[in-house]
Amino acid sequence: MKGTNLGEFEELVLLTVAALLKEAYSVAICDELASHTGRSVKLGVVHAVLNRLEEKGLVTSELGEATKARGGKRKRYYELTMPGKAALINARAMRDQLWAKIPSLAWKNG
Amino acid sequence: MKQHQPPAWAQRFVEWYCKPGLVEDLTGDLHECFERNVATIGPRRAKLVYIIDAFKFFRSYTVRKSLFAHLFMNRTMIGSYVKTSGRNILRNKLFSFINILGLAISMSVGLLLIAFLLDLRTYDRFHENGGRIQRVTSIFSSNNEQGGKFATASIKTARLIREKVAGIEAVTTIKNDFSGDAKVGGNELPIKGYWAEPSLFRVFTFPMLQGDPATALKAPYSIVLTESAATKLFGDQTALGKAIEVDSMVYQVTGVMKDVPFFSHLRFEALVSLSTAEQMQNSDPGFGAWTNIWPYSVYLLPSKNADMAAIRTQLDALAKEENLADKNTRIQLELLPLFDIVVGESLRQSEGGPGFTGPHLSPTVLWILGALALIVILSACFNYTNLSIARAMRRVKEIGLRKAIGAGKNEVRLQFLAEAVMISMAALLLSFLLFLALRPLLINMAPEMQRMVKLDLSPAMVLAFIVFSVIVGVVAGFLPAVFFSKVSAINAFGNVSPVKTFRHLTLRRALVVIQYTVTLIFITTTAIGYVQYKNILAFDLGFNTTNILNINMLDNKPDAMLQALGEMPEVTGVSRSLITTGVGNAWGGNMKYRDSRDSQLVLTNHVDENYLPLHDYKLVAGGNFVARPASAEAVSEVIVNQQVVKRFHIAGNDPQKAIGEQITLNGRKMTIVGVMQDFHYGKVDNLIGPVAFTPWTPEDRTILSAKIHGADMPAAVAKIEAAWRQTDRIHPFTAEFYDEEIEQAYSEFSTMIKIIGFLSFLAISIASMGLFGMVVFTTETRLREIGIRKVMGAGAGNLIFLLSRGFLSLLSISAFIALPATYLFFNLFVLPNFPYHTPVQFTELFSGLLVVLFIAFVMIGSQTLKAARSNPVAVLKRE
Repeated sequence: MKGTNLGEFEELVLLTVAALLKEAYSVAICDELASHTGRSVKLGVVHAVLNRLEEKGLVTSELGEATKARGGKRKRYYELTMPGKAALINARAMRDQLWAKIPSLAWKNG
Repeated sequence: MKQHQPPAWAQRFVEWYCKPGLVEDLTGDLHECFERNVATIGPRRAKLVYIIDAFKFFRSYTVRKSLFAHLFMNRTMIGSYVKTSGRNILRNKLFSFINILGLAISMSVGLLLIAFLLDLRTYDRFHENGGRIQRVTSIFSSNNEQGGKFATASIKTARLIREKVAGIEAVTTIKNDFSGDAKVGGNELPIKGYWAEPSLFRVFTFPMLQGDPATALKAPYSIVLTESAATKLFGDQTALGKAIEVDSMVYQVTGVMKDVPFFSHLRFEALVSLSTAEQMQNSDPGFGAWTNIWPYSVYLLPSKNADMAAIRTQLDALAKEENLADKNTRIQLELLPLFDIVVGESLRQSEGGPGFTGPHLSPTVLWILGALALIVILSACFNYTNLSIARAMRRVKEIGLRKAIGAGKNEVRLQFLAEAVMISMAALLLSFLLFLALRPLLINMAPEMQRMVKLDLSPAMVLAFIVFSVIVGVVAGFLPAVFFSKVSAINAFGNVSPVKTFRHLTLRRALVVIQYTVTLIFITTTAIGYVQYKNILAFDLGFNTTNILNINMLDNKPDAMLQALGEMPEVTGVSRSLITTGVGNAWGGNMKYRDSRDSQLVLTNHVDENYLPLHDYKLVAGGNFVARPASAEAVSEVIVNQQVVKRFHIAGNDPQKAIGEQITLNGRKMTIVGVMQDFHYGKVDNLIGPVAFTPWTPEDRTILSAKIHGADMPAAVAKIEAAWRQTDRIHPFTAEFYDEEIEQAYSEFSTMIKIIGFLSFLAISIASMGLFGMVVFTTETRLREIGIRKVMGAGAGNLIFLLSRGFLSLLSISAFIALPATYLFFNLFVLPNFPYHTPVQFTELFSGLLVVLFIAFVMIGSQTLKAARSNPVAVLKRE
């Protein structure tokens, strides 16, 4: 069921790509995720997810400028596509709807 | 600052597997992380992380498709290897046959060993906390004499550990000697087991079927039966809550547990509460004494994450404090992990005796067996190597062609390894059949073996067999693979260079020499061992053992049996004694002469007045016992051997004058009435020491010795057995001829000879097959030369000499190495352990050599003769 739904981690990565704007490349995404979620995020996992998102057509990627810090290797920058943006908005809308359905009473008894 | 670089090979690894489109991105990421890690966690760990990440990136989406194709290709290549190897194996039927058969025979030994080891490894693994359980062992020394290491520990040790040692979850004590006849209604059956505490069920995992494990062993006179013991005694009825009478004591069945698994070092049918033993032996101060370590086993279950070193120090401190109380004895406590009990250090009392708790095997024996098996297997591998390289000439063209059409060294190497592995796989099938056939033989070889292993197949075992056969294949094929991979395409099509093959000729010769040396060592060892064994059995112990049947009266009074035996015409004499000597049994006491401070341990036996004449003991002075004491109290006479007279300088070492002298034995004054000639009380590997015989009293347990005269021994024994049935219906008749008992006493020895003998038989067959293959090969390749020589007028004898000269010189080199080596090995290491051995004779050394030479000569001779008889015209015409 490719492309129909976002996994939790996929959503996080997608959000990070959106948040980092022009600076979204694997290591930066990794750092950002780690600092926001507080969990240790493995580079390999982020790579795999980015790859999957690209296959789903939610992000596109492009090689950037070479930097010295990377042993002369270029970075691959990621950017949200229109379906990617739609997927994020969808996900948020779905959550908001569910949140709205919780009666405020439910919290008091908890 | 030094610039750190990530490990180049890991980077290359990523570049190798990664999709070209992703390479730059991935390696860039790795590099960036690496540089950052160098700063934060140091270069060394950064490199490690780099390597780990390099492997982590190996995922389905990163790996280039062509790589999968490549791996797949390799798999199809293996298919082609299998095909070509199969063809090769079929083409060279004789060589394949020799190799497969040789490997199969030797591998069956390996399979047996693997099965044996796996069985030993399964011991006690069923306990949930098995990895934590420790046995408390004691090093016992008295009077500053270094005592032995014992597998046992005292009840007090257990109590003190419970009170004082921290970090212990549970402690349990087992008293190892509960046995008796259990009476239920009219049913009476012998039963064996341990005295145990409730904590046994906390330390060990023995599931209870009925009853509460926490309380079942609490109250005195409670008994827990295993399922099969319960069925044995009660049949279909429930046993729980019923009463059992054992030796006129009534016990309440408080639990029925699952049968003890076969692979358990603790084996029992019943557990009786230890509190029973405490009550029974209330009056005995020795029962709970610190120094009474003999019949008890103590086990600990340390808490999870317990500090073992701390427990050990606490044990040391505890022992130190207790040792203060008794100046003469010192006990040191040690811990032995549960899994090291069956295969581990040999501790005293861990086999036989009252402390007996199951099978034990010393790791040295395993190492020796392993080494022997390895030698036999390697010998078969040598055959393979040898024959493969010998055929090199014929295959060089094949390999040259392969190389010419583009095969690399690697491919050729793989091809030859595949061929060897295929051969060893075929051998595995055959050797598995051999394994099935040999298994019952091995298990039934000795009663200890039956109690120790089952050798049943398990998935792990099958897997181990397959892995083993692959390893054997790789070992066998390694040298040929290396050798053939070096063949170059250019050389192959020209004339084969003699220089190269010469070099491998020496290798082949070396292999043959090694093989035959090993074979000869095996064979001579067997011969020497066998001769020594026979000498021990025929050894003059100093008394007569022929046609004497020793009947163990167990707990029965011997009178009825004595009378029955007296009425049989076949029985010419009967005597009573406490133990059977000469088979390793011993009974002893402290003897003193005039100097009350000078005491010596002497070995004793209690015998009646018929014992000495029946066994032909020779008296040097004095006479037989006169009095017939009714109790141990009344014993006043003693017959000693010459060693006693010598040891105490009784009457100036004169046996005649020693008669009438008084000695003290175990605190009782006795008069010497006779002096016997020295004889072998213990086994032949012990020196003769002082021995004293005192009169047998009706209180003693009895061995009845009946001297049987007559042609039909089995009939006589059957008659005696019928008489036994009249007096005792419960216990089986246990009687054995003295000579057979002696034979059994050395059964360890005969088992070892049987094993080495079997291995040497295998070694001979394998070496012979290898030699046969070589001879066939050589004669075939030299057929033309033989033809020409025949045409030139050489006779058959000449030719045989020509062809066999090489092999015979190799064999003589082997003999030169093997015979002195075996001779020295026995004289320096083995025989010094047997004070009464016979020296190694030349016949034993050379008989083995003759056998091997004979077999080799028959093979060489038959093949060379065949070649020498061939028609030169037919051979030479082929050109």
